[in-house]
Amino acid sequence: MMTPTQNGPFDATASRARCRKFRRRILDISQTVPALHIAPAFSCLEMVDAIYFGLMRREAPDPDTFILSKGHGAMAQYCVLEELGILAPEEVAGAGKEGGRIGMHPDLGVPGIEASTGSLGHGLPIALGMALADRTIGSARQVFVVISDGELEEGSVWEALMLAPTFKLTNLVVLVDLNDFQSLGQISMIHPNFYPMLPKIEAFGWEATEIDGHDPQAIVDAVRNRKGNRPFLALAKTVKGKGVSYMESVPLWHYRSPNAQEYALAVREVEEGQ
Amino acid sequence: MRDAFARTIYDIARSDPKTFVVVADISPAAAMAPFLRDFPDQFINVGLAEQAMISLCAGLALRGCTPFAYTIATFSIYRPFEQVRDDLCYQNLPVTIVGVGAGVSYSLLGSTHHAQEDVAIMGGLPNMSILAPCDPAETVLAAWACAKHAGPVYLRLGKAGEPDLTANAIDPFVFGKLRRVTDGSDVCILGYGPILKTGFDVAKGLEARGCSVSVVSAHTVKPLDEEGMAALFSRFEHVIVIEETSVRGSLGTDVKRLAWERRAACQVHTFALKDEFLHIYGAHQDLLRAHGLTAAQILESLGDLRPSRTR
Repeated sequence: MMTPTQNGPFDATASRARCRKFRRRILDISQTVPALHIAPAFSCLEMVDAIYFGLMRREAPDPDTFILSKGHGAMAQYCVLEELGILAPEEVAGAGKEGGRIGMHPDLGVPGIEASTGSLGHGLPIALGMALADRTIGSARQVFVVISDGELEEGSVWEALMLAPTFKLTNLVVLVDLNDFQSLGQISMIHPNFYPMLPKIEAFGWEATEIDGHDPQAIVDAVRNRKGNRPFLALAKTVKGKGVSYMESVPLWHYRSPNAQEYALAVREVEEGQ
Repeated sequence: MRDAFARTIYDIARSDPKTFVVVADISPAAAMAPFLRDFPDQFINVGLAEQAMISLCAGLALRGCTPFAYTIATFSIYRPFEQVRDDLCYQNLPVTIVGVGAGVSYSLLGSTHHAQEDVAIMGGLPNMSILAPCDPAETVLAAWACAKHAGPVYLRLGKAGEPDLTANAIDPFVFGKLRRVTDGSDVCILGYGPILKTGFDVAKGLEARGCSVSVVSAHTVKPLDEEGMAALFSRFEHVIVIEETSVRGSLGTDVKRLAWERRAACQVHTFALKDEFLHIYGAHQDLLRAHGLTAAQILESLGDLRPSRTR
């Protein structure tokens, strides 16, 4: 089956360069607000970039949709929207500040944002409704969703996971930001039976696979090469706080801004990163 | 009321091809057959997944569709409360939640099935409107109003077999406006939903005492017609509110607040469900009696309310 995603060449080197720039951008913004979800954004940056630059068809009249269901990764989406010229630089720089219209979670009405998220477990079932409408109307639009692994603990996600294959929503693509961390600790400690996840998803009727969530080419290839006769989900293994050694897999950095010294170290590391 | 809704949703779908009915394993059964026959792809049963039902409706609305989520009132808003709040109200989407069996009408099934606090809870949500028609004819008009409304609506229905009350109503049905069903000059009885029938019974009792009574359907519980209320305050000596919802956060609360704010000279009497879970079972009327909401109990509470004829 044809998968009507973008199928032009995808430049993974350019994607990595953008993600370096985005990491720096997020660190800079962190110095202007009391706290920022840096680590959750760093975890999903390559996925969000690959979706926008390698998978979504963004042309009118029927552009694809992206929903960041893990709304606390919003800075990743804002950076991409800024890169695309959809959000103005001063708008992104004003994130979380009085007078601005963008906050720490995506909000419908902000350019480029197609659903308000922030509370976990909402984005995927909303995407289901969009995909169902598109199919019924006869539109070729695709809906891309990024959810977090902690989000997979929400019952509403499993309602949606059960329903998408029932409705045969082949126009739905889900990437799970599998960094193995939630606010209070490691998922495998809090829910010892969380893993293995892949057979659970497959048992619900999805085409599912595991990928490296920090490898833009792998993300694009996995989605483009899917069979496409069922809804598709990729468990994308990631590192929370990816790119900054002292943030990586350290729960403290879920929502925090680095001090001046930490900031300098973080900037050095992300700029030297791959 | 269920059947009236089912007939109307068919007509709505004929005029708006993007109409969807999304149910959570509860359906107005036989009456939906024409809809299922002619719009099979627009009838979605998500099964016992009320959270998905509401979010999915949000997704449909974000694609320009007109979705109606349908199940028993309690399940339609309590289980998926955050979905109602975040997905429908926060995003201000045109989704109608149809809650059937509101109040204590599922009288055999216990409090798990009683939507007692629904008006307070839905009324507290920004952007949410509440429509509660009193009979099948008003259900038809309310469903059309939902289809044309730009934001979320909680359409609060009874079950089946409600009598017709509005066939000779004085005022037409207008979203957001009080609707005089009968006209009088001394006492105004205000209510919404099927319990307005009790309002008519109370009116009869008061008329036997020589009162001239107006019965008004407050079908749009939110946004409340505040100017219409102010007009009632100045016109009547007594305003009686009868509703099948918890006394807390009810229409009665709103009417009393407004009466205070407008320095109303009339007396306001309110009757609602107790702020209690009653562990009793029986006919709908038995439950209402336990809550003090039969016409006889209301007339008794009103004491020797009579017109003073001084105005």
